[in-house]
Amino acid sequence: MAYSDKVLDHYENPRNVGKLDDTDKNVGTGMVGAPACGDVMRLQIRVNDDGVIEDAKFKTYGCGSAIASSSLLTEWVKGRSLEEATQIKNTDIVEELALPPVKIHCSVLAEDAIKAAIEDIKQKRES
Amino acid sequence: MQLPIYLDYSATTPVDPRVAEKMSECLTLEANFGNPASRSHMFGWKAEEAVEIARRQVADLIHCDPREIVWTSGATEADNLAIKGAAHFYSKKGKHIITSKIEHKAVLDSCRQLEREGYEVSYLDPDPSGLTSPEAVAAAIRPDTILVSLMHVNNEIGVINDIEAIGKLTREKGIIFHVDAAQSTGKQDIDLHSLQVDLMSLTAHKIYGPKGIGALYVRRKPRVRIEAQIHGGGHERGMRSGTLATHQIVGMGEAYRIAAAEMHAENDRILALRERLLQGLQDIEEVYVNGDIDHRVSGNLNISFNFVEGESLMMALRDLALSSGSACTSASLEPSYVLRALGLSDELAHSSLRISIGRFTTAEEIDYAVGKIREAVAKLRELSPLWDMYKDGVDLDQVKWAAH
Repeated sequence: MAYSDKVLDHYENPRNVGKLDDTDKNVGTGMVGAPACGDVMRLQIRVNDDGVIEDAKFKTYGCGSAIASSSLLTEWVKGRSLEEATQIKNTDIVEELALPPVKIHCSVLAEDAIKAAIEDIKQKRES
Repeated sequence: MQLPIYLDYSATTPVDPRVAEKMSECLTLEANFGNPASRSHMFGWKAEEAVEIARRQVADLIHCDPREIVWTSGATEADNLAIKGAAHFYSKKGKHIITSKIEHKAVLDSCRQLEREGYEVSYLDPDPSGLTSPEAVAAAIRPDTILVSLMHVNNEIGVINDIEAIGKLTREKGIIFHVDAAQSTGKQDIDLHSLQVDLMSLTAHKIYGPKGIGALYVRRKPRVRIEAQIHGGGHERGMRSGTLATHQIVGMGEAYRIAAAEMHAENDRILALRERLLQGLQDIEEVYVNGDIDHRVSGNLNISFNFVEGESLMMALRDLALSSGSACTSASLEPSYVLRALGLSDELAHSSLRISIGRFTTAEEIDYAVGKIREAVAKLRELSPLWDMYKDGVDLDQVKWAAH
C-alpha cells in the first residue's frame, strides 16, 4: 500500500510520544481499541485551570496510519480548549493525512481517543 | 547489496536464468514455437518433444511415471481439478471430504464450492505446531469419506505434514488422497513410488520456474479417476483441455531438473541462513516462532514480535520484501487464518512476519535484515502502549478492551 507523505512523516518522526502521569488530576487519559483488532491508542492530555490543553502525549499499537493519526492529533489539540478539542472530527484527520478508505477506522479511533481523554478529565474534575 | 532485499520466496521466486534461457528458445519463428498438438508437421513434433522432455523432468523430481503428469495453469487449477474432479467422479461412493483449516484458499474454496453442491466437508484443526496428525485424519474418516486433501508444506509457516503415514491410512480405507505440494516440490524429497498419494498439485513459480504453469499428478496404479473441469480439445488425456504452453512447460521442466540436481546442497545453504536469521532475532524479548521449527522447510521463518503490529513493522522494513499475518496487509480485516487456527491470539497473529529465504539470498542480506528488524521492533515498542503495560506488569488478557 502506498502511504501519503504526511503519514510517512508522522510515522518516521512521531510527535509527542510518551506518557503523562495518570494519577495527576490535570491529566486525562483515553485508551481505545483492542489488541485483537490490531489497534490500541493511548492519548493523554494535561489541562490547565483555564481548561486549555497544555500538553498531549500518545502511544499507539497499530498500523502506520493509526500511528500517524494519533501523532497528528496530539499536535492539533495542544493549545486548544477542551471545547475546541471536542470539535475535531475524524474526517479532518482523513483529509490532512490523505487516508484511503480502508484506513478511515484509524481516524475514527483517534477521534474516539481524544473524546475519551476529555471525558476522563471531566470526570476527574467533577469528583 | 541491492535494496530492497527480497525475502518473500514463499510468495514467488524469480525465474532462474537457466530457466529463462530455455523458455526463450520456445517463442519466436526461428525457435520452437509450434503447437505440440499439431501432428502433421515438424513444428508440432518438435514442440511435442520439448513438452515430453519437460514432463519427464517433472516426473523425475517426484519419482513418478511421466504419463501421470497433467499440465495445468498452476497449483490453484491443479487443486481445483483434483478436488472437484475426484469428488465429482466418486460422488456415487460418498460425499464426505476431509481437509484442514490451514489449507491454501484454492483447496478451501474448492471444498466450499462442493459444500454448495451437497457434499460434506470436515475441516480439521491442526495441532498448535501446525501439523495435521494421521490420528486426527483417522478419527475424521467416515464410511462415506471419498477424499482427503492436505498440504505437504504450509505456505505461511512452512511445516511439513507426514504424508507418508496419512497415505497409508487413506489407501487402507480406499480413500483418494490429494496433496498440495506447491510449497514442497524441490525443497523436500518426494518419492511417489513409495508414497501412497493419489493426486498431487505442483507449481513452477515457487521453485524458480515461471508463473502460470503447474501440473496435477494423477496416479495410474492403482488408477485414480477425475472428472475434467475444463473441456475442449481433449488434451492431457481428456483431463485438461487447452493448447499446451510450450515455453511455460519447458520452463517448469528445467526448473524441476535444476531442483532435482541441486536441492540437497541448496537446502543446506538455505538452512544455515535461516539459522543465522533466527539466531539474530531470538534473543529479542517476547519473540515467538510460529509453527514447528524442526518439521519445517529450510527457507521459512514465521515469527511474532509481541506488542508490535505487523503492518507498522513492515512499514519500518521498507527495504525488506516480506509478508505479515497482520490483517492490515490484506483486503480482509481478519489476521491470518492459519495462525489463528494454531491457537495464536489475535495480537500475536497481528504481530507476525513471514520471512522466506531462497536461492539468491546471501548472508550479507540476512545480517542487514536482522539489524533492520531489531531496530524496527525496538522503535515500535517505544511507541506501543501494550509494551508499556507489559513492562508495568499489567496482564493484557485481564484488561477490558473496547472492541471496535
